[in-house]
Amino acid sequence: MSVAAELDGPAEPFRLSQLFYDQRYRSITLQIITIAVFMLMVSWLVTNVIQNFEDLGKTFGFDFLWQPASYDINQKLIEYSSVSPHWKAAIVGILNTLVVAFLGCILATIIGVAVGVARLSKNWLVAKLMTVFIEAMRNVPVLLWILLASTVFSSALPSPRQAPVMLGGGFVPTNRGFYVPAPVFNDGSIILGIIFIASIIGAFIFRRWAAARQARTGDILPVFRITMAILILPVFVMFFLLGMPIGLELPELQGFNFQGGLYIRSSFMALWLALSFYTAAFIAENVRAGIQAISNGQSEAAYSLGLPPSRTMNLVILPQALRIIIPPLISQYLNLTKNSSLAIAVGYMDVTGTLGGITLNQTGREMECLLLVMGFYLIISLLISGAMNIYNNSVSLRER
Amino acid sequence: MSDTHAETVRYVATHELPALPAPVNTRGPAAWARANFFSTPRDTILSIIVGGLIAIGLWKLLPWLVFDSVFVAGSLNECREIDSGACFAVVTSRFNQLIFGFYPPELFWRPILAFVLMLVAFAPVLHDNLPRKMLWFSAVFPLLAYWLIWGGTIWGPLMIIAMIALAFVAFKAVAKSVNPVVGLLAAVAVGILWMLFLHDPIVSALSSAVNVGLEPVESSKLGGFQITFIIGVTGIVASLPIGILLALGRGSDMPTLKMICVGFIEFIRGVPLITLLFVASTLLNYFLPPGTNFDIVLRVIIMVTLFASAYMAEVIRGGLAALPKGQYEAADALGLNYWQATRLIILPQALKISIPGIVNTFIGLFKDTVLVSIIGILDPIGIMQPIRSSAEWNGIIWELPIFVGLVFFIFCFLMSRYSMYFERKLDTGHRN
Amino acid sequence: MQSSTGTSGEITGQTALVACAPMSISTAAFPRTFLRYELFEQGNRKGCYPMKTKLLSLALGAAAIAMTGTVASAATLDDVKAKGFLQCGVSTGFPGFAFTDDAGNWQGFDPALCRAMAAAIFAGDSNAVKFTPTTGKTRFTALASGEVDVLARNTTETFSRDVDLKFTFGPVNYYDGQGFMVRKSLGVTSALNLSGATICVQTGTTTELNLADYFRANNMTYEPVPIETNAEAQEKYLANACDAYTTDASGLSATRSAFEAPNDHMILPEIISKEPLGPLVRQGDDQWADILKWTLLALITAEEKGVTAANADEMKASSTDPDIQRLLGATEDGFGAMLGLDNDWALNAIKAGGNYGEIFAKYLGTDTAVGIERGLNALYTDGGLMYAAPIR
Repeated sequence: MSVAAELDGPAEPFRLSQLFYDQRYRSITLQIITIAVFMLMVSWLVTNVIQNFEDLGKTFGFDFLWQPASYDINQKLIEYSSVSPHWKAAIVGILNTLVVAFLGCILATIIGVAVGVARLSKNWLVAKLMTVFIEAMRNVPVLLWILLASTVFSSALPSPRQAPVMLGGGFVPTNRGFYVPAPVFNDGSIILGIIFIASIIGAFIFRRWAAARQARTGDILPVFRITMAILILPVFVMFFLLGMPIGLELPELQGFNFQGGLYIRSSFMALWLALSFYTAAFIAENVRAGIQAISNGQSEAAYSLGLPPSRTMNLVILPQALRIIIPPLISQYLNLTKNSSLAIAVGYMDVTGTLGGITLNQTGREMECLLLVMGFYLIISLLISGAMNIYNNSVSLRER
Repeated sequence: MSDTHAETVRYVATHELPALPAPVNTRGPAAWARANFFSTPRDTILSIIVGGLIAIGLWKLLPWLVFDSVFVAGSLNECREIDSGACFAVVTSRFNQLIFGFYPPELFWRPILAFVLMLVAFAPVLHDNLPRKMLWFSAVFPLLAYWLIWGGTIWGPLMIIAMIALAFVAFKAVAKSVNPVVGLLAAVAVGILWMLFLHDPIVSALSSAVNVGLEPVESSKLGGFQITFIIGVTGIVASLPIGILLALGRGSDMPTLKMICVGFIEFIRGVPLITLLFVASTLLNYFLPPGTNFDIVLRVIIMVTLFASAYMAEVIRGGLAALPKGQYEAADALGLNYWQATRLIILPQALKISIPGIVNTFIGLFKDTVLVSIIGILDPIGIMQPIRSSAEWNGIIWELPIFVGLVFFIFCFLMSRYSMYFERKLDTGHRN
Repeated sequence: MQSSTGTSGEITGQTALVACAPMSISTAAFPRTFLRYELFEQGNRKGCYPMKTKLLSLALGAAAIAMTGTVASAATLDDVKAKGFLQCGVSTGFPGFAFTDDAGNWQGFDPALCRAMAAAIFAGDSNAVKFTPTTGKTRFTALASGEVDVLARNTTETFSRDVDLKFTFGPVNYYDGQGFMVRKSLGVTSALNLSGATICVQTGTTTELNLADYFRANNMTYEPVPIETNAEAQEKYLANACDAYTTDASGLSATRSAFEAPNDHMILPEIISKEPLGPLVRQGDDQWADILKWTLLALITAEEKGVTAANADEMKASSTDPDIQRLLGATEDGFGAMLGLDNDWALNAIKAGGNYGEIFAKYLGTDTAVGIERGLNALYTDGGLMYAAPIR
């Protein structure tokens, strides 16, 4: 301090106006004012809440979560019945959200990449069709798409009793959902699982070895085919040697509905497909922009080095394009996850439908339920954007 | 070598020869078709498959959608008697409700006028070769639109303008004599005092003296695309100043300010809009002094504004980041202080760069407004339900969403084209 | 504190601006003022009403704020009179119970009750009412927060809603019970045959709780398809996306009536719950609750006594039945004044849309598309449950 004072010249007595005019103090003054105003606002809001709750005779607390929920949920990934507590209903909802968001991200990426590449097709018809798809999807609210998809599934497909049984019972489309065979695990399936995991590890080891070998000798092995062989062959052979421990359970019409097999509800399908297609349109544009951003010189240079087109794509274009594509892609994932809260419009029981919907309604705990729901989405968002930041840092151009 | 060469030359062109036409197989529709549809065998197969699918789709859809559809009928049953196709008669007979909600029909000129004026107000913002004076109209427009749509006495909006003018005068006077920060405080104080103590008595006195006003229309009569526009446009306009402040705050070097701004932006962006709308419909009243009660449209507008301002802040932050560093340094070198530099150098350029992003945010917000149907506001999607509950149109399924989707498509498509056009226009300058 | 200054109690039948009384400062700890906004209804009401706000709104930029709001107060009647209309929460659309006509006016069994109340409060002006459409989710908040003065939205009276959510229910205006509707072709004759069925149910209602209880009690399984609105439920059911649709029996009849072929569907005999539907108000304002209660009871009494919208004036002048005289304000008992209303309150309520039976017949009865029998909702003299406490 004394050093600084000496450097600044003779110390002047402190004046109040320095708080505003002196750069050294101004920022601190302003920050204190900011904090004060902010705290004032917050305390004002909190006092209002307390006062309002008192007036209405409401209490704040999360004990309602342990009361029985007394409603049923159709799609549940964990054990749940109407006597289960509200917190369990919330967990069921959270899992349902995660399922539709996860599968939605995967499907949206597949469709989006396909459409984005197809939009750059030299075939006029394909390119235009993809443009129409993208524009139609992007310019209509996703809620409308979800509602339309739900209507398509419930109005355009046959009821279970008239439903066509396709692929020998392997696939039954009905207006309540789709039935597909469910795997049945018998004795010995654990061994099969262990073998499969071992194959994956083996494939990894092989790939590393092949890469090292290529670096050493320059020889290129047909890595993809050999990897596939390592992954599939042992499992395939063992499957028969062990006497087919994994079977399929086919759906069968019994009473009102099909029984057995996996039942994918139409509410899920509507939400999943609508979200995926809607998000895919945005992803397609990101992909197109990413590919177009890579200058032609890159591929020309790769060709002149003698790389075949597939390797040009894999080794030169994609790594560069991905750096441009992935950040917006992840924010699209984030949007998809948030948009999955529109499940409420088609009766898919996600977390907004259970905790933020029925539980909120039946208990009248708006504040607590919405806090929990928002907290959940916030955590998901922060996790995803955290992952994005890590990725961004890892691929950012090392500028020299 | 050169000699020999010269001798062998028999022909020297004396003038440029006219270009020959391109070979027959590279021009005309046939060549275009070949290049675009049948360039390779794989391409040919693809074209045939895709073309076939499109043809089949149209073949199935067009009779229902166009040829056999009914546009004038009194009820669904009448429709079904007339023809087998789509019954767009529901759209024509309930057209007013889909566009205006339950707004009194004899007053339709007011929202229509407000809409036209909105285009006029946006014009100078979106087109920079229009006279700058028009911006004054843009500034007054929000109050004008409010008055046109909700009606009531003219004195309310006029007195708000007076309040703003007074606050501005106070700011100028104090800023000149004391200091800008104190001036700002003075302006805010004038505004608060005006709203608390002067506004109502003055408005009452004036309106009882000179009765100028429009017939009031309450919020519950608003609906259809009108409410979509009201929420969307108010949200985007009101979010712009908040977004600018948040963006500046986020870029600020004061840690607490930055933290608050980042916290707000990330919170809003991290939760789905629908949960914020649930807050508007069920919780917002708890956060206000006991007994306060806004109507739901206003509550929704507040939440949508907060929502949009977080996204707006990110768009503007992008604009700020895209400005070359030299601009900041030049402003510093000229000896401008922070606010002068921001106001005169940084923001004008950053905002201009951000316009495509702002338009895109608006498109997103415009589409997102349909979520208000979930909390019972009768926007185009929400109003489908009372229409479908009525005895005449009970059982109608596809026609209403198709119409609503088409209208959304037209508006959003046009706006996205504008945003792309502007982006291309911007591309010529400002990048170095 | 809840002043209702600035009221002009008279209805002048013209649109005019009203000067509001000078503002007053509330005594509460937080500085508030009453901002006054002039309100008009097309036609004939005017008035000002107090509104507490709002340093906050200033922060939000008071310029753009389009506020119309009310104060949730102890004296709802005063507030309602002050603002010049009744704010009534109805459903967003339910055949027979609430729907909009081509002109965009709310019609139906529930709005009719609000109109009767408005007529009772505003000396016969049954249009002095504004409707707020509410969903199953928003209805209770709308009432609790004072956004609506009365909620008439086929709402089941239950213990928790009365006690925990702090509402006061008026008399039951429709005795209902939850039933199931199925296609006849399904071959189901009893709800007990529904094990394994896919059932459409509206969320946010008591029906989904009853459904869960019923299937659990009978040890049956089912697949619930939760849906938000009746229109969606109908669409899903008709598309055969659910085997059965469950809601209040009245709703089932109303929904079935709108089908192209109503006779292909049947309502199963089991009624699995009691659903006494009634209007409700906030707890803590007994006067307001009384107005609701007695307006409805007056409509029922009118039916008992044969007083209709058409003959009410004549009955008042000529009837010698003391019950009718008391009901219609022909005597000077001052019942209206005790409620804070005028002496013709019941007469006006009846003239607004007719007595209970007339309203029922107009929107729900067998002559309408909805086509519901009176059943439990017949007068007690006809074997129903409608039994009005005497007005005396």
